[in-house]
Amino acid sequence: MSAVSTPVRGVARSPRAGRPWRARAGAAVPHVVLLAYVVVACGPIALIVMNAFKSRQAIFEEPFAFPTPDTLDLAGFETVFTRARFELYFLNSFIVTVSTVFLVLLLGSMAAFALAEYRFAGITVISLYLAVGIMIPIRLGTVGILDLMVRLGLVNSLAGLVLVYTAMGLPLAVFVLTAFFKQVPGDLKDAARIDGASEYRVYSLALPLVRPGLAAIGVYTMLPIWNDLWFPLILTPSESVRTVTLGTQLFLGQFVSDWNAVLAVLTLAALPMLALFIIFSRQFVRGLTSGAVK
Amino acid sequence: MTPLRTTGPPDGIGVEAATASGTAASAEPAAKPRRRFPTHLVVFIAPAAAIYTVFMVYPLLDSLRLSMFAPRDGLQTFVGLDNFVRLLTDDLLSDAFWNAVWNNLVFFAVHFVVQNPIGLLLAALLATPTLRGRGTYRTLLFLPTTLSVVIVGFIWQLIISPVWGFVDTPLLGQSSTALVTLALMSVWQYVGIPMILFYAVLISIPDELTEAATVDGAGAWTTFWRVKFPLILPTVGIVSVVTYVANMNAFDLIYTVKGALAGPDFASDIMGTLFFRTFFGFQLQQGSSTMGATVATMMFLLILAGVLLYFYGWQRRVESYQL
Repeated sequence: MSAVSTPVRGVARSPRAGRPWRARAGAAVPHVVLLAYVVVACGPIALIVMNAFKSRQAIFEEPFAFPTPDTLDLAGFETVFTRARFELYFLNSFIVTVSTVFLVLLLGSMAAFALAEYRFAGITVISLYLAVGIMIPIRLGTVGILDLMVRLGLVNSLAGLVLVYTAMGLPLAVFVLTAFFKQVPGDLKDAARIDGASEYRVYSLALPLVRPGLAAIGVYTMLPIWNDLWFPLILTPSESVRTVTLGTQLFLGQFVSDWNAVLAVLTLAALPMLALFIIFSRQFVRGLTSGAVK
Repeated sequence: MTPLRTTGPPDGIGVEAATASGTAASAEPAAKPRRRFPTHLVVFIAPAAAIYTVFMVYPLLDSLRLSMFAPRDGLQTFVGLDNFVRLLTDDLLSDAFWNAVWNNLVFFAVHFVVQNPIGLLLAALLATPTLRGRGTYRTLLFLPTTLSVVIVGFIWQLIISPVWGFVDTPLLGQSSTALVTLALMSVWQYVGIPMILFYAVLISIPDELTEAATVDGAGAWTTFWRVKFPLILPTVGIVSVVTYVANMNAFDLIYTVKGALAGPDFASDIMGTLFFRTFFGFQLQQGSSTMGATVATMMFLLILAGVLLYFYGWQRRVESYQL
């Protein structure tokens, strides 16, 4: 943060900072407000996770208490795993998300490399054609997508979901990665060409240099796919190809009055993304602000 | 490049990328002209273009086409704009349609009014130069954004359920409060995005600007409103248009909490749920792919109208500064 460390507050206050407690109180204000909002943002999540491990009685009598040996109860999780196949749903979501992210990064970076590297007739048209997809929500084409999937026999198949999500993720990937590829120094590519490298080889040499772009796109392709309800609901409703989000939604509808089970399934569904986010939060945030955040 | 500025939360990237490409464009001379057919160009571009065309562009155009067809004697027959006329004038259909449009606009208005001030306040506090634990705050404040809408919907449904007893009024059960409550749940989830984008702008403001203001005798308060706030305004516009597009095809939250019927008495019905019901049918009404496509086309036009309004009504008037 050294670049922005102008102590505006300090400078403004210093002439009358005769009493240090006042300055200290001023410095505490941001913490008070931020902490209050942390409670608003994380409190509800904590409340759900905490109560998932408690007995039904304890959930209602002492919702704010941590689970103690007395109130510990894993009945909810038992219900979840005996009544629904969550391990399967996790596997499905995992397959769909990983395949899509892989395809978006591979195909997106290939197209972006070409658009950044070569000048050819129609480059503007192709760039614009691909970029239009950033603005238009793919859901608006649902009628056409379902129709197409029926004709291709891809309803209730993970492949269908992967293809739709890949189409959805590619426009932004190409747009962002093109900008990243343009920053790769030309000398490096020319040196490789002089050594007789093919254009494919040049691409594979340039790819590691745009890693920050790939990480950002990977993250922003992954989140909406893992969390999507719409396409799984419409394209893959059957149990064997159900994703976590849809599985959770259906389970919640079915067990709405079983609070233990509901809290347990919410905890199970939320934890993977929460854990992933906490580990990679730097990359997440940096991706959103493309490097402006330290 | 300008029209590309309309996009998603990822648009933060887009905007930065646009400026980045501007500065770097001159660095790369064209590859040596070759006379051979550029096979590698096709290999690089064709797979992405093909998947995008087949699974996104074609279905979108097909939906547009279907909105001008209707089943007659078991065949899809061209009917021109009949479906649109029906949607806008038929007693039953038009009531549902205008109700959904209005609710959707209210849904967006709540986002606009609530998420910008909260996002700005949090961003300004996060950007306090001497703040400790900035990274931790950022992670914790952004946490809800990473959750699935299904989870968010249910977490809040449990918490404000009178059964658990924190709230006595059934906020989701009354037509007067259901929609606003749902919108606030959505704001709770997504407020992290404006926060981070505003924060990125705030910390990229050069020291010279704020120092100059201080030298001229401005306090922290004046510096914020006169120097920093004008620099944030373009981002407010981007966040708002992105939110508008997302809200106009929102569905997951309402469907999770209130089901496809978006009760009570359609009080929380928005375009996404109306589209779903029209396409797949509900209760006694049969689903119709052509009417579904018609609703989707109207959603597209509403989104387009909002985006154009942004470009001509906001972006042209709000000055952007190159820092």
